[in-house]
Amino acid sequence: MFAYAPVVIANTRYESTMFLVQKIFYFHFASWMAWAAAIGVCGIASAVYLFRADPRGDRLAVAGAELAILFGAFGLVTGSLWGRKAWGVWWQWDARLTMALMAELIFVGYLLVRKYGGPGAEKLAAGMGIFGAATTPFIYKSVDWWRTIHPQTSVVRNLGETAPDMYGAMLFCTVAFLLLFASLLTVRVHLESRRAELDRLYLALEDQP
Amino acid sequence: MSFATTAFLVLKKDFTIEVKSGEILYTTLFFAVSCVLIFAIAFVREGQPVEGAGAGILWIAVLFAGNLALGRTFERERYGETVRALLLTPAPRAAIYVGKLLGIVALLVAAECLLVPMVAFLFDAPLFARPLLLAAILGLGTVGFASVGTLFAAMLVRSRTRDVMLPILLYPITVPVIIAGVLGTSALLQSPADEPVALLWIWLLVSFDVVFVTLALWTFEPLMTE
Repeated sequence: MFAYAPVVIANTRYESTMFLVQKIFYFHFASWMAWAAAIGVCGIASAVYLFRADPRGDRLAVAGAELAILFGAFGLVTGSLWGRKAWGVWWQWDARLTMALMAELIFVGYLLVRKYGGPGAEKLAAGMGIFGAATTPFIYKSVDWWRTIHPQTSVVRNLGETAPDMYGAMLFCTVAFLLLFASLLTVRVHLESRRAELDRLYLALEDQP
Repeated sequence: MSFATTAFLVLKKDFTIEVKSGEILYTTLFFAVSCVLIFAIAFVREGQPVEGAGAGILWIAVLFAGNLALGRTFERERYGETVRALLLTPAPRAAIYVGKLLGIVALLVAAECLLVPMVAFLFDAPLFARPLLLAAILGLGTVGFASVGTLFAAMLVRSRTRDVMLPILLYPITVPVIIAGVLGTSALLQSPADEPVALLWIWLLVSFDVVFVTLALWTFEPLMTE
């Protein structure tokens, strides 16, 4: 799908005021959708870990948090590039950008806690994951509440009626990013369970006389 | 014992210790005042304060002092080994949380009672033009900040790196509250005060508070169970 994505994007028509630059939108939007999915996974998996004490929940939450950082960084970079051309500045202190950066920090904090929190850090991180996921809807709605420079969320809804080919390309890229997210998530969870298995084997080996 | 009685007893315990020693109250107040003075040096140019700096200075002082107070409150519990005792009591965990939260909020409100006149006086900010709205913004913001703060400070009691971890965890998560508080206060500080905008921020603060307090009550029990 990624191989075909440039073809799909190239076939869409130029946006009337921003021309070529607008095409970054397809990856920008798609990466934020994958970011939202990653945060949702992290929050739900954290809650599962906390209330069921299921180690699989913890592994899924780590994978979700790392992917949230990855897709968030990609979204921030593409957004910054687009903002440079559309608004004339790399960075604009509006509500959505600030909140997105802060959400990025929450999940960097999540990883810091896991690394340096000492014993019991997994639970602490799980609490962080739940709170992080809870603030994300506020970030999404921030654009509607405070009329800022960032395009309104209704743009996406209207796109289906005004420009069907743009809408199709957007959906194509979103599905591609979500599939990428799902495959990375699976690989990461697999790695984490292998690591847990390795730890268990180490301990079993040390216990032997 | 009912939920409210337990929460009240925890609050009363903290209050009694604090009245006897006064350690946290005085150190927090002193720290908040020195914060404001440092900002005074940074934000005053040629005898005139930078316009609109009052709201930010007030909130930063409250948040820094809050972080300090949260750390100290639970450090005291750790020294006395009383966290374990509290958790061993057959009381609902959520009630213990509410008692601690009320204690922190009371402390921060006391700090705000000192900080607001000070900022108004030093930075020539019309903070008393809409006293009720300002009280609502400060009160709701403090509850939102303290609800997450109490939960994380309680969890971090067992952690070796708690001093550095608390601000790392707390500030990014409470950013919505901080933004709403600062922007709501600066809407009030404009002349004339922008009341509709301030009310919008108050409603946002109410929704943040509901979300944060609910989540904290919900997660306190599993998070504090070893």
